[in-house]
Amino acid sequence: MTGADVLLLGLGAVAVGAGVLVVGTRHLVRAGLYLVVCLGALAGMYLVLTAELVAWVQVLIYVGAVVVLLLFAVMLTRAPIGPSDDLDRPGWPAALIGGGAGLGLAAVLVDAYRWTAVELPAAGTAERLGDQIFRSWVLPFEVLSVLLLAALVGAIVLSRPEIGRPATDRNPARRVADAEGGRSR
Amino acid sequence: MRPVIPYVTAALLFGLGVYGVLRRRNAVLVLMAVELMLNAVNLILVTADTTVRAQLPHGGQVFALFVIVLAAAEIGVGLAIVLQLYRLRATVAVDEVPLAERSPASAAATSTGAAAAGGTEGAR
Amino acid sequence: MSPTILLGALLPAVPLVAGLTGLLLPPSPSGATTGEDRARRAAIALGVAGAAVALVLATALLVTLDAPTEASTTWVDLGGLTVTLGVRLDGAAALVAVAVAAVALAVQVYSVGYLRRGPHDDVDVDHRYPPYAAQISLFTAAMLLVVVAGDLIMLLVGWEVMGLCSYLLIAHDRRLPEAPAAAMKAFLVTRVGDVGFLLGIALLGVSAGSFRIADVLAHDHPTGTLTAACLLLLAGVAGKSAQFPLHTWLPDAMAGPTPISALIHAATMVAAGVYAVTRLYPLFDRAPAALAVLGVLASVTLLLGALAATAQDDLKRVLAWSTVSQIGYMTGALAVGSPPAALFHLLTHAAFKALLFLAAGAVIHAVGTTLMSRMGGLRRGMPVTFWCTVVGLGALAGLPPLSGFWSKDGVLAAAGDAALHGAGPAPSWVGWLVWLAGLAGVAVTAWYATRLLLRTFLGTTRSPLAHPHDPPAVLRWPLLLLAVPAALLGLAGFAGAFAERLRPATPATPERPSDLLPPELIHLGPQLLLPLALLALGAGLAWARWRRDPAADPATALGPLRPVLARAFRLDDVQHTLVVRPTAALARLVRTADEVVVDGAVEGSGRAASGLGGGLAALHRAALPRAAAGVLAGALLIGLAAVLIGGVA
Repeated sequence: MTGADVLLLGLGAVAVGAGVLVVGTRHLVRAGLYLVVCLGALAGMYLVLTAELVAWVQVLIYVGAVVVLLLFAVMLTRAPIGPSDDLDRPGWPAALIGGGAGLGLAAVLVDAYRWTAVELPAAGTAERLGDQIFRSWVLPFEVLSVLLLAALVGAIVLSRPEIGRPATDRNPARRVADAEGGRSR
Repeated sequence: MRPVIPYVTAALLFGLGVYGVLRRRNAVLVLMAVELMLNAVNLILVTADTTVRAQLPHGGQVFALFVIVLAAAEIGVGLAIVLQLYRLRATVAVDEVPLAERSPASAAATSTGAAAAGGTEGAR
Repeated sequence: MSPTILLGALLPAVPLVAGLTGLLLPPSPSGATTGEDRARRAAIALGVAGAAVALVLATALLVTLDAPTEASTTWVDLGGLTVTLGVRLDGAAALVAVAVAAVALAVQVYSVGYLRRGPHDDVDVDHRYPPYAAQISLFTAAMLLVVVAGDLIMLLVGWEVMGLCSYLLIAHDRRLPEAPAAAMKAFLVTRVGDVGFLLGIALLGVSAGSFRIADVLAHDHPTGTLTAACLLLLAGVAGKSAQFPLHTWLPDAMAGPTPISALIHAATMVAAGVYAVTRLYPLFDRAPAALAVLGVLASVTLLLGALAATAQDDLKRVLAWSTVSQIGYMTGALAVGSPPAALFHLLTHAAFKALLFLAAGAVIHAVGTTLMSRMGGLRRGMPVTFWCTVVGLGALAGLPPLSGFWSKDGVLAAAGDAALHGAGPAPSWVGWLVWLAGLAGVAVTAWYATRLLLRTFLGTTRSPLAHPHDPPAVLRWPLLLLAVPAALLGLAGFAGAFAERLRPATPATPERPSDLLPPELIHLGPQLLLPLALLALGAGLAWARWRRDPAADPATALGPLRPVLARAFRLDDVQHTLVVRPTAALARLVRTADEVVVDGAVEGSGRAASGLGGGLAALHRAALPRAAAGVLAGALLIGLAAVLIGGVA
């Protein structure tokens, strides 16, 4: 076992353990924090696997933005601070399907790779990944940027308070025209 | 480096994510479980980069980046929906969303007993 | 086209034109009385003119026709089956045409006076004369078409139009509540017969390959087809000529105006069945089974009609049942193989029955009721009517030397011949049946004829408020003119030329050479005494009963049988139970089936589709947890299947 293996094993254990706690805890806010631990461990694994850019992007976006958003949502939906009892649905279908999926996948992968060893490739630096993205994967990149724009617009539209109110309450004149930059409806 | 270690980790994380999606009642926790699943997939992609000699180098890592972008977009829209649902129903329990078209909303019978915060009793 | 053919073609055409033109006149008075008068006058002119011209044409035809002629053109060719337009003229057709036209003219003239506002009518009664006269003209045209038609389909057309006109005319007087029901009953009962008639014609036409009567008669039909076709034709005859079992409509049809009863239900339409059989007699000659059935029906009808007439109180109903009975004589003559005797009786019956109906109309017009129990002692006030009725009833009963005596004797002689000597195509038991029934019928006919005369004209007046008087000229002259043939037509039977015309035109074949001698219509001999004795017996019994108590009804002699006979052995009720109620029930069943099953299937399929859609939608409408579980479980199973089937490399 090389050092990389040891590191991977340890970080993997942390990730899986934190994951167990994310799906198992009765404290809503702690679930979010356990998710941070899990994602951080994963970032470490990426580093060991020489995927540097991915690791830093993981920390930046996942841990930095996504989890923050999740915690914001937890707070905005007035989650109780202490333990809650009604967080879970019946466990047997979840265990069945989740266990089946996870263990099945693990079995397949173990069967495929056994205890073989591979050489670690060249590091995935920003320069090398950028070279790949803007040469071979530029079209998906552009499509993704359009997708992000769509998601942005969609999130704004979905957040409007008029959705669901009866039509009499919707007054186009009360639209905040200055927030839209003077666009009329 | 033994690739089976990160692979098995990813498999277990995926299974945990599935478990979480099916087990949790709070919509935000369901989204957290979905994030677990997405991260498991990312790990597999990055590990595959080391085990598979692809024609395009670092293809797995590039895809992992794309998945991260997608996950960010998805969480943005998803949480907007969850917040709007909370505004209408004062609850984000996924099994309390009424599906029948003309039955009156059961918003009054929320488990938390919170009053409808500015939400209306309009039809879905 | 020879003149006779032209005459024959014009015969139905002229009244048809008169009728169609008359239908264009306004039926009811619109506004000023001058409008009503104009329309009525125009209708009268059209009707009388149409009938008069038809009579002239028919007489001309009778005079100029020396040999049977026939002409036709192909109208439709249905791939091997031809329908022709044509006329077939022989002596019988000419004579019957003259009779029809004469009675039609008499009725048209008589109706002018009958359908005028009389002393018993309300002030604002509307007789709707224009459609009435037009329908009579149409009817005349249809009957003449039946008489001259050279093609079975044309005959059928005339047949059906007659039925239609009969329906319209029976229901003419809208003040009577029973008229529409009577009209519907007449139409439906004759319709039942007409179905058989149509099938018989179809069988004959298909078998012969053409509907032309000459072709049908000349063709060699297989025996089974022939017998079946003849039996089916008899169904139509039974319906139109009111024979048992389709006789129930005729007494109820008396709800129509009396001139209509005279024209349609005494002289012409009911005789059309007999005439059709004589037209097609060569076919019936070869189907003894059909003739046997006809003989049975004739005997039953004869006695049924006569017995029912004995118990009626309504004057017109007595005459109606009498018609049923007399037509039984005619069909009986046909059954025993003597069409000339049947036609002779048809002609005399047309005269004396029309006379009787028109006289009854005069009586009803004067007294205001049709019930004999409210008449009596009318002889003093209405002498002309009285003597005309005597002539008519004498002819009916068979009193020599009036016409009915000679013609009825001809029928009885033919029946006796068939019974005793086996003459005629039918088996001899048919002859016995017809002969004995006919003889018994003579006695019963005499009885009810005498009763009618005594009840109506003699004895004390039972309706003191009426001031009976002889009818005005327009009603009287048709009576007087019809009394002449009613009295004297029988003597024409002595003329060979007359008898020769009555023989049906049969093409001579080597097996059956045509008779060189004219058929004997009049048989003078000792066999005349038996009917005369029975006549004296029947009349005497009625007169004796009346003498005992002039105020009472001689029908009380019938005792407990009277209600049964008055309702004609309750055959109406039998018909109602056997036919009307099941048909009505079937109609209700069909309607329910249509509403519940057919409509239900249509609506049910709609509802089922909606329900299925709703069910599927409910299944589909899964809450998020269930949907997520479904998706993920499905993905797991697919992955498992891929691993197991594909194998792990």
